[in-house]
Amino acid sequence: MSAIHCMQLCKTFKQGDETITGLDHVDISIEVGEFVCLSGPSGSGKTTLLNAIGGLDTHDSVEIHMGNIRIDQLDKGSLADMRLHNIGFVFQAYNLIPVLSAQENVEFVMQMQGIVAHERARHAREILKEVGLEGMEDRRPAQLSGGQQQRVAVARAIVSQPQLVLADEPTANLDSVTASHLMNLFSRLNQHHHITFIIATHDKRVMGYAKRLIKMRDGKIIGDEKQTPVAIEDVADSSG
Amino acid sequence: MSNIALRLAWRNLWRYPRRTWLTVGAMIFSNSLLVFSISLQFGSYEMMINNTLQAFTGHIQVQREGYLDDPKMRYVLPDITAMADRLRSSLDSNQIAARAAGFALVSSNDRSYGLQILGVEPEFEPFVSTIPGLIKQGRYLDKDSDEEIVIGSVLARNLKVKLGDEVTFLGSGRDDSFAAGVARVVGIFETGSADLDRSMAQVSLAYFQDAFTMGGSGHSITLRAATIDEVPMLKQRVKTLIAGRDKLVVLDWEVLQPGLKQAIQADMTSAWFMYGVLIILVAFSVLNTQLMSVLERTREFGTMMALGLKPSNLARLVMTETFMMASLGLAIGVFIGYLITAYLSVVGFSYPGMEEMADKFNLPDRMYPNVSLLSLTLGPGIVAIGCLLAAIYPALRLYLLLPIEAMRAV
Repeated sequence: MSAIHCMQLCKTFKQGDETITGLDHVDISIEVGEFVCLSGPSGSGKTTLLNAIGGLDTHDSVEIHMGNIRIDQLDKGSLADMRLHNIGFVFQAYNLIPVLSAQENVEFVMQMQGIVAHERARHAREILKEVGLEGMEDRRPAQLSGGQQQRVAVARAIVSQPQLVLADEPTANLDSVTASHLMNLFSRLNQHHHITFIIATHDKRVMGYAKRLIKMRDGKIIGDEKQTPVAIEDVADSSG
Repeated sequence: MSNIALRLAWRNLWRYPRRTWLTVGAMIFSNSLLVFSISLQFGSYEMMINNTLQAFTGHIQVQREGYLDDPKMRYVLPDITAMADRLRSSLDSNQIAARAAGFALVSSNDRSYGLQILGVEPEFEPFVSTIPGLIKQGRYLDKDSDEEIVIGSVLARNLKVKLGDEVTFLGSGRDDSFAAGVARVVGIFETGSADLDRSMAQVSLAYFQDAFTMGGSGHSITLRAATIDEVPMLKQRVKTLIAGRDKLVVLDWEVLQPGLKQAIQADMTSAWFMYGVLIILVAFSVLNTQLMSVLERTREFGTMMALGLKPSNLARLVMTETFMMASLGLAIGVFIGYLITAYLSVVGFSYPGMEEMADKFNLPDRMYPNVSLLSLTLGPGIVAIGCLLAAIYPALRLYLLLPIEAMRAV
């Protein structure tokens, strides 16, 4: 079963008098449990494709299915609900809420989902432990390193056990050791929780973790190949 | 707080403590000012009503139906002294006095002037009127007064009479006969109102009834309540007590002195205009704060939307922040306003010249704000509502946000 299926996905931007093509009739199908990397130079359309799949942006012409739901026909509220319950996001700049602690950042999404207080606190602590942040639950983002903040962002993305995690350059602000640790974490979550990962990156080390590599240029898919990911054990783990 | 959204709202307020305190400070100032001003306003209205009514009118009068609009001599309360006695006894109050009134030409050796002559119960009139306390020369009437008169200072000057001089008066009796008498001036009052001091004289009710062929009747029974708030209850009790007496009416001060109520309403209107300006200024301060707060958090709101929050969730967050800010301003503002006002409501305060004026008019020499639940909550409540209304615009802007555009905001 496809986790994501896009047909003839187009997106153009206006920049002054010039029209720039972000996505040019992209067709893509991603199965449940896949670990996919979108690679390509800046401006190739990786982020635009992620935003389209996540229902964050409008499009010129598109048909996007997530499971059995055609998300391009959903209204704003239904899209928000779909993101809340089915998709986890990890951003390049972490995008944590600065006035909430690590645990509160993770819990906040669960509260919006209507999970009761004691249940979400327990679950948030478990997830933070799983991402290696045990004992740092009460720290605010400013008191955490970049790697730790990104792990909180990952915890927030996976806490509600979404079908899909979309990550946009998740290692761009991390040192190599922390980046490896984060990718190990993604790989484990993919293997243990069968969460589908789509990661936009131009970091070759990150691409090594993918089971499928999609190459993009000028808004088009120019390559789509399966590969054997690096073993998790191959990379040194660190607390980052 | 187990609710993270509430925690988030509260902490958002203190991201920029100086800005929040400036806005809350404006609320505190305006709320304190409103509590004090409205309490003072209510207190001054009560004082204004009491001062005006205790000068002469009283809070309540019992009259014959139609007398207020057309004060004819024949519109009388029969056996008025006994009726006043019964009311005093039933209501256990001395602040009740019977009166009769007529118009007459009063003459001295040199001059004549038309004026109103009142027949009063000298032993009870001081409880319902300040005029007995405003005698500047001589004395007031007493229960044995017969053929004695007290007149205003302007009239005394006009008639060129002094204490001990005699004046004659000539008018129409109840039965249209000539009413005439000669009375000795025993007191001269000075109310500060030239009109009153020129156009009114008082004699004892018994003497008036004799001179104006009133029999045992009079024209009104004046009652004074302990406070203005007790007037409706007192009015109801008097109505019950005179029930069955044909063609008698019980009139309260709002009917007896319609101009007084209009003056209060006019003052209230202008005061509320000023309060309105104050509230609008505070509301704009809140609008500015929340608009800035929303604009500078656009990126964060974009992230929240990407995580699955709807614009309505974000709007609720902004309204919650405003509610918390307004509640803080309300609580501290009302507390400070209450402390100041409660203190002044006990010790009172005066302004330069007030004591001299009070002494001249036989009135209280200090003003006392009237603290009540209404005066404590009315103004601050409207400020809080105004602040919440002001936050609607910043909250509505969130409905226009698109997640991806918001996340690109700097």
